[in-house]
Amino acid sequence: MDNELSSLSVIFTEFYYWITVVLMFFIHVGFCMYEVGVSRHKNHVHTLMKNTMLIPLVTITFFFFGWWIYFAFPNGPGIIGGLVEAPHAVAWSELMGPHLGGAGDPGGWARLNGVFWAAFLLFSWTAASIVSGSVIERIRSSAFWILAILIGSVFWVIDAAWGWHAEGWMVQVLGYHDAYASGVIHAIAGGFALGVLVVLGPRIGKFAADGTPRSINPRNPWLVTIGLFLIYTGFWGFYVACNVPMWDVQSGDGTFYSATNIYLAPTTLSAITVNFLMALAGGLLAGYLVSKGDAYWTYSAGLAGIIAASAGNDLYHPVQAMLIAALGVVFMYKMHYWVERRFKVDDAVGAVAVHGYAGFFGVVVCGFVLWGYPSSPSEGFASINPLGQIAGALIMFGLLGFLPGWVAAKIIHSLGGLRIPREVELAGLDYGTTVDRAAEEQGIIDAEREEVGKM
Amino acid sequence: MTTGNVESWSGNMAEIGPLYPFVGAEFALFVVGVVLWILWHVRQARIETEQYEEEVQRFGSPESLNKILDAEDPYSP
Repeated sequence: MDNELSSLSVIFTEFYYWITVVLMFFIHVGFCMYEVGVSRHKNHVHTLMKNTMLIPLVTITFFFFGWWIYFAFPNGPGIIGGLVEAPHAVAWSELMGPHLGGAGDPGGWARLNGVFWAAFLLFSWTAASIVSGSVIERIRSSAFWILAILIGSVFWVIDAAWGWHAEGWMVQVLGYHDAYASGVIHAIAGGFALGVLVVLGPRIGKFAADGTPRSINPRNPWLVTIGLFLIYTGFWGFYVACNVPMWDVQSGDGTFYSATNIYLAPTTLSAITVNFLMALAGGLLAGYLVSKGDAYWTYSAGLAGIIAASAGNDLYHPVQAMLIAALGVVFMYKMHYWVERRFKVDDAVGAVAVHGYAGFFGVVVCGFVLWGYPSSPSEGFASINPLGQIAGALIMFGLLGFLPGWVAAKIIHSLGGLRIPREVELAGLDYGTTVDRAAEEQGIIDAEREEVGKM
Repeated sequence: MTTGNVESWSGNMAEIGPLYPFVGAEFALFVVGVVLWILWHVRQARIETEQYEEEVQRFGSPESLNKILDAEDPYSP
């Protein structure tokens, strides 16, 4: 920090990630609105609090161990090597607090560690929030918050170390490419949600005695749509946070500064901005058709479209992004209803479809469309290929998503702590509070009437 | 006297590292944080279970539940 140019570079990067954090906050606001809008009146407040309280819990656990996992696990450990030393990322590192860097920090990492941590943390909230929507109206909050920590501060971070890290083993060995986290956030969170849902079971009344599914439609369509608009808005921050804003991408002699993806391979902010919008458009257009104009699914399809194109949106042509988004939406919509009918899974907000199936689709398609592209600027890494991407999608959705979700839910269920009592589900999670508040209000009104009587 | 490493802003900035007070206590702070986090879960789970038990007692009978569902049902006579 002793000359203007290098200081400007560090402080610009610090500010860049700070902006992404603020933007990504909208994702969480949107998820809260969306979930509450989908839930029935008798469950509104519990639904809101269940999602809200994942914020502090995932935040502190991501501070305690999540950030360290990202830097320590790129080799597995045990797949291509051992644990990687990450002294800057342990919770007791001096660099986790306010720090000027000192003489031993010419690159300014002391200034960037905190904003990088925060950007990753907002991804963690997103992963946990995806699961939150699918399990509403019947899960115990205590159980959900443990599951939220597992997906938000452990499992998505492991998959990021494996497949969303410049040195991750999946990038090196499989040629895994997932620039804007189709698999790394969305497929894993969708898979985790599905694992939990299988154990948790459907809401009372969701399926008729003969197994026919009934629709429990969103109770507040305006809240749902505004929520999804806010998620779109926050998604801009998510995309930008997936980039490194300024990096010398020229190997050998000379310099060439560019924005890069997380693998330090070049892309541009323009590219991802256009592709984001074209994918959103493709998703909305396909969603409208496939759902026959259903507002709830059309809005969700906009999000699913972006997710389906995200793995390769650093390199796709905009029309490719649009087409992949549209196909991904048709795939996730059909899968949602097939899984619901076939396996009696009650995914209250369609999170497994929008995030899980669309994300899985996006990772796989990327392997075909970007076949042969380098997965990394580093020498000796596998190039992007269909088999690597299919394996990657299975690892994200199945190995690190569905399996841990199912096992954790099974353990909590075996302890009697997963699902709320049947009586409380029937009456509604907010019923007791509503009755108590009504009684308090009545007490005030009675007192006021007494006062009138004295006049 | 200062609780941290900074006694003046007039020295060489390049030599200043951590700005927070009580440098050296980071691991102890981490342990305190982890213990409080786990205790929070234990306490919250107890509160939640007690609330559900109380609510089942208060309105868990079929008669009460039917009344609640009648009030919720827009088509109920």
